[in-house]
Amino acid sequence: MADLINLTIDGKPVQAAPGTLVINAAKQVGIEIPSFCYYDGLTLQAACRMCLVEVEKTPKLQVGCTLPVAEGMVVHTDSPLVHQSRKGMVEFLLTNHPLDCPVCDKGGECELQDMTFRYGMGESRFLEQKMHVDEQQWSPVVFYDKPRCILCYRCVRICDEGMGVNALGVVNRGAVSEIAPNHFDHLECDECGMCIDICPVGALTSGAYRYKTRPWEMKHVGTICTHCADGCKTTLGVRNNEIIRGNNRDRSGINGEFLCVKGRYAFDFVHSAERLQAPLLRKNGKLEPVSWAEALATVAKKFQQAQASGGKFAVIGSNHTSNEENYYLQSFAREVLGTNNIDHHRTGDVPALLDALSGKTDALATSADLYERKAILVIASDLAQQHPFLSFQIRANYRHHGAHIYTVTPGPVREQKYAVRSIMTIPGRELADVELLREQLKAEPELVIVFGDAIKGDAVHKLVAFGASLGIPVRYVCLVDYSNSRGASDMGLAPNHGPGYQAVAEPGLAYDEILAATDLDVLWVVGANPLKHLDLASSRAFVVVNDMFLTETAQRADVVFPAASAYEKSGTVTNVCGEVQRLKAGLQVMGAKPDLEIIGLIAKEMGQDIGIWSPDKVLEEIRTNVRGYNIPLPVIATGGAAQTTPVNGHVPLSARPELIQSARDSLFTSGSLGRYSKMLNSVLEGPGGLYSEERP
Amino acid sequence: MLYNEPSPLEVKVVTKRFGMPNSHSLDAYLATDGFKAFFKAMQMTPEQIVEEVKISALRGRGGAGFPAGMKWSFVPRTSPKPKYVIINADESEPGTCKDRLLMENDPHQLIEGILIAGRAVDAHKGYIYIRGEYRYLIEHMDRAIAEAYGRGYLGKNIQGTGFDFDLYTHSGAGAYECGEETALLDSIEGKRGIPRMKPPFPAVVGAWQSPTLLNNVETLSAVPAIIRDGGAAFAALGTPKNGGTRMICLSGHINKPGVYELPVGFNLLRMIHEVGGGMRNGKKLKAVVPGGSSCPILKAEECDIPMDFDTLAKIKSMLGSGGTVILDEDTCMVRFALRIMKFYAHESCGWCIPCREGTTWLKRMLERFHSGMGQKSDIPMIGELSKNMLGRTFCALGDAAAMPTISIVEKFPEDFEAHLNGQPCPYAHAAEPVFA
Amino acid sequence: MTFSPELEARFAKLLESYPPGRTRSAVVPMLLYAQDEVGHISNELIEEVARLCKVTPLQVDEVVGYYSMLHRKPLGKYHVQVCTNISCLLRGGEELYEHASKQLGIANKQVTADGQFSLEEVECIGACSWAPAVQINYDFHHLVTPEKLDALVAELRKAQ
Ligand SMILES: Cc1cc2nc3c(=O)[nH]c(=O)nc-3n(C[C@H](O)[C@H](O)[C@H](O)COP(=O)(O)O)c2cc1C
Ligand code: SF4
Ligand code: SF4
Ligand code: SF4
Ligand code: FES
Ligand code: FES
Repeated sequence: MADLINLTIDGKPVQAAPGTLVINAAKQVGIEIPSFCYYDGLTLQAACRMCLVEVEKTPKLQVGCTLPVAEGMVVHTDSPLVHQSRKGMVEFLLTNHPLDCPVCDKGGECELQDMTFRYGMGESRFLEQKMHVDEQQWSPVVFYDKPRCILCYRCVRICDEGMGVNALGVVNRGAVSEIAPNHFDHLECDECGMCIDICPVGALTSGAYRYKTRPWEMKHVGTICTHCADGCKTTLGVRNNEIIRGNNRDRSGINGEFLCVKGRYAFDFVHSAERLQAPLLRKNGKLEPVSWAEALATVAKKFQQAQASGGKFAVIGSNHTSNEENYYLQSFAREVLGTNNIDHHRTGDVPALLDALSGKTDALATSADLYERKAILVIASDLAQQHPFLSFQIRANYRHHGAHIYTVTPGPVREQKYAVRSIMTIPGRELADVELLREQLKAEPELVIVFGDAIKGDAVHKLVAFGASLGIPVRYVCLVDYSNSRGASDMGLAPNHGPGYQAVAEPGLAYDEILAATDLDVLWVVGANPLKHLDLASSRAFVVVNDMFLTETAQRADVVFPAASAYEKSGTVTNVCGEVQRLKAGLQVMGAKPDLEIIGLIAKEMGQDIGIWSPDKVLEEIRTNVRGYNIPLPVIATGGAAQTTPVNGHVPLSARPELIQSARDSLFTSGSLGRYSKMLNSVLEGPGGLYSEERP
Repeated sequence: MLYNEPSPLEVKVVTKRFGMPNSHSLDAYLATDGFKAFFKAMQMTPEQIVEEVKISALRGRGGAGFPAGMKWSFVPRTSPKPKYVIINADESEPGTCKDRLLMENDPHQLIEGILIAGRAVDAHKGYIYIRGEYRYLIEHMDRAIAEAYGRGYLGKNIQGTGFDFDLYTHSGAGAYECGEETALLDSIEGKRGIPRMKPPFPAVVGAWQSPTLLNNVETLSAVPAIIRDGGAAFAALGTPKNGGTRMICLSGHINKPGVYELPVGFNLLRMIHEVGGGMRNGKKLKAVVPGGSSCPILKAEECDIPMDFDTLAKIKSMLGSGGTVILDEDTCMVRFALRIMKFYAHESCGWCIPCREGTTWLKRMLERFHSGMGQKSDIPMIGELSKNMLGRTFCALGDAAAMPTISIVEKFPEDFEAHLNGQPCPYAHAAEPVFA
Repeated sequence: MTFSPELEARFAKLLESYPPGRTRSAVVPMLLYAQDEVGHISNELIEEVARLCKVTPLQVDEVVGYYSMLHRKPLGKYHVQVCTNISCLLRGGEELYEHASKQLGIANKQVTADGQFSLEEVECIGACSWAPAVQINYDFHHLVTPEKLDALVAELRKAQ
């Protein structure tokens, strides 16, 4: 660590590392220097001139956001000259600003409003006519209102530097300069809305949110995105039991301010008109709405009858439901129904990785590691499409720390743009091609290996052996698809292991075996849609489904329970890196109940006791019983992420590893959830849907 | 060839071939000391060349007047990166029309200057950034460059000296800001001409991330004479620290507008009366823009001065790029200030708030003011808003807009007062258009 | 998009003149030369230049609106540019511009109905000592009077 530099800001002594910018040095001692264009982590612009400060012995005001500290420097941020300068800047900015705050989406959350309030002058001296330019719609989700734009270039930079998409630019010159999309009048991009979020004013607005509410009318609920496995924190803006906005304005959580299109906009499936709001019971061949009591009684009776006659049960669980629900469901299956015929759609070979890492500590990467570790190897995955947040972390790591990125993928991926070496592989050859990187990887000080579903079964052990042979610390991420895919595996929704990968004495049927069994008597599907792609062989099976929608599977059911979405429940989920985070209910949807409660009600109806269905109580049980899950409660209670520890000891190998298959969702799809998101469909159909990854 | 009647008071160094038949040809150039300096420079060490330029007290002719020798010494010769010489032929400062003549009448002098600069900073490639409007000059320079290549004065192993140099022209496309050296670099890289943060300075990180020497056409055109006849001889022509001669572009209300090469430090009133043939129609002198529109204006009574960098700095103006514009008593200073601000508002690159918004606001305010809709409070506000730009913008364009404006309101308040209360412009009738 | 063989050759030479891998540097001159041949800058041209210079169309689009000589709409066959900046102003530049506007019957940046002429009030074109100055396409005209301008226009009208 180089010696600290001593300087004085507003009379306060400050010590700062060499290279620290004055604006950040001031922050260290609680002095705020106003800024529009300066933004932590993005390149410097020095464009807005809000941060000008006085530095003794220099004739002109200095730019606080680009000036590095120097020994003995004496800075004044509070002098009359500095105040006068800020006043002048705000006044310049407001000359052509429409000041339509009362109808602007940003009103109340606008940095220009705040700045005017704090540093501006009371009245306007501008007598000329304001220039008007019509608002433009660039995509289903992105709108641009030029007169409100203060040209801070944050949007341009977040899109280029943060997202690696580079879809925004600046056109024209001087006072008529404006931001422009990449295809003349429309955008073809990730539609992530990062630009909208980062805009300090209401120049970029979101198709999902615009003109819907005033920010202070919403309650803000921080929970976890229910789409992919990356586990981003999303803050739902809820008004009158309706989610109006998703963002992460307070930058808390593992993802900071990052959200992809799904985390930001695809909450609208919650309000889909197709949501089930009452239980359905098949009567005379048709599913008809019935009371909860009738549906529960029917199911309990049927379960008991089948049990009594030694019938064959099977349960297919979900990779979107909470850990508590998954734990509870497998308890129910194993203890009440007495079956190990339980599985879920498995998308990555987590058991194989945990087995291969048995005895190693420090070998599971966190999402933060992807931003901090010096080298990253991506095998067989298009992260920008399937793991937008992990992709963002790696990009930021490259930009801020110059991380060395390696890719071995069967097709072009965004990471190639900044990879030190990229190998185009063909399926089945991944490990052989990874071997080509051996010498380069050996020279790295440390490495994180991120691998997709192509590496499963034995290949995972070989990969870990390869990692061990490099002689450097290596950490791993086994990619899985959905918001609680990892939790489903950890909680034992598997035929051959229970929670915490405890082997079961008699393994049951795996996913496809369940569907293929001609003698199945009862199938209970909780939050999954296996019949979308496969047929149910047993025509006699009594099928119970918990779901939000009348999916292909629900249409075959005898009883359907309307389930609550992740945004309507409490509990925990575990992301792709094994980080446990807390779900917080944002709203209630009439008629639907969380799966935990549905399972509990069925047990109760059957006169069985598998413990009470409070998420906190079940979590307590998980913390005591499930290997790796003894996580510190205060961390997750305060909105943090706690990584599970690796299982030390043998882990039963995945049953039928060939079943492990990613659904290959794109940025704009999300399994069956995506089908019910109008917003996702609109970007699919909109010009953005033409978006083709990576130019040649 | 575009050239005006020379004045006997001129001291011809860089313009010495102007008016000669075929002055632009390589043959004519070689017949009049052409490339002597180059061969001499090849016998000198780079350090000696830089030293000679320092001795000459040559200061940049592009506007800022930075000592050329010092700038050359900033280029890290030993850097393993390629180095470039970029010649600023963007010539867009209103009132300035001299680089055009240098390229038209004596292109090989410029080429020789570039070669010497390349030798001094270990550059082997050069680009002449010519404003897009000067298309005929791009073709003209391309022909001269081709001629030099054909005769072995460019390319590999020039004249057997072992020195390689490639030279190209690059066209701008209409942007004053691209004359600012770092905006020029962005422009030559194919981007919008947005200035860059300094440091790093172009000498260290310039075009394509490489060390780059950037000089004006006139600056480099003076180099052959400096090397050939010695820096001291050149320095002796001017005043201390202000070496040599300058091309002064006289324009406005005088009898003999034209471009004249005069020793630095030549008296301004003599320029008007003896070189420029005096005030047109015998009118009285009202004001002078000494060195292009960016320079604070001088009142008639401030004009008995030697035109050198330091004297002008002392009276808070600038020698700038040598565009000396003469205004007579019938000139409306409000209209003049408006025209200046209109220019800067049009040319502001838009990057930073104070310049982008400030110039536009001031332009619109001056428009209103000149049309008779002004208010008394506008008068101090014009100066105040200009001061809110001054020294606070990203690049010097904001200053260039503020400085003349501040000087005009401060020095000619009566012209502003006369427009108040809906009065028509008092000069509207007095000033018959002059037309040519 | 196809260009004349001369223009193609010019592009090839241009692209070669920059250091290796720096094809983006050709964007501005290429746009200007292409505009001279095809008349204005269309989306199609932007995409073509992007392809040739190996950049995104947005990176070219950003440039187009910045430079005042690049035009998104067709100009007249003869683009009459009258300087009204300070040196020209002092010698009747603005009056000359008004005169041109009246004679051609068009305002700033407009094109005559027959597509022959367009008019633009321009900033200093580097002819200050020969003010007022006019540029028609790339040709300079110095010390222009209204009569001289009328004659020029008449001559061009005849030439077509
Ligand atoms: C707004 C602005 C416009 C400029 N325009 C020109 C120009 O057209 N030609 C020029 O040579 N220098 C121009 N300059 C000055 C250049 O930035 C730079 O100082 C000069 O080219 C350096 O060359 P010199 O040291 O030989 O003068 C301009 C500067 C500014 C701030
Ligand atoms: S749209 Fe918003 S973020 Fe982008 S430049 Fe304008 S004000 Fe800044
Ligand atoms: S990256 Fe995944 S978790 Fe994050 S917002 Fe997008 S879909 Fe949700
Ligand atoms: S002062 Fe600012 S807006 Fe003006 S030209 Fe310079 S950078 Fe651009
Ligand atoms: S914050 Fe420093 S210039 Fe914008
Ligand atoms: S002011 Fe008109 S050409 Fe310079």
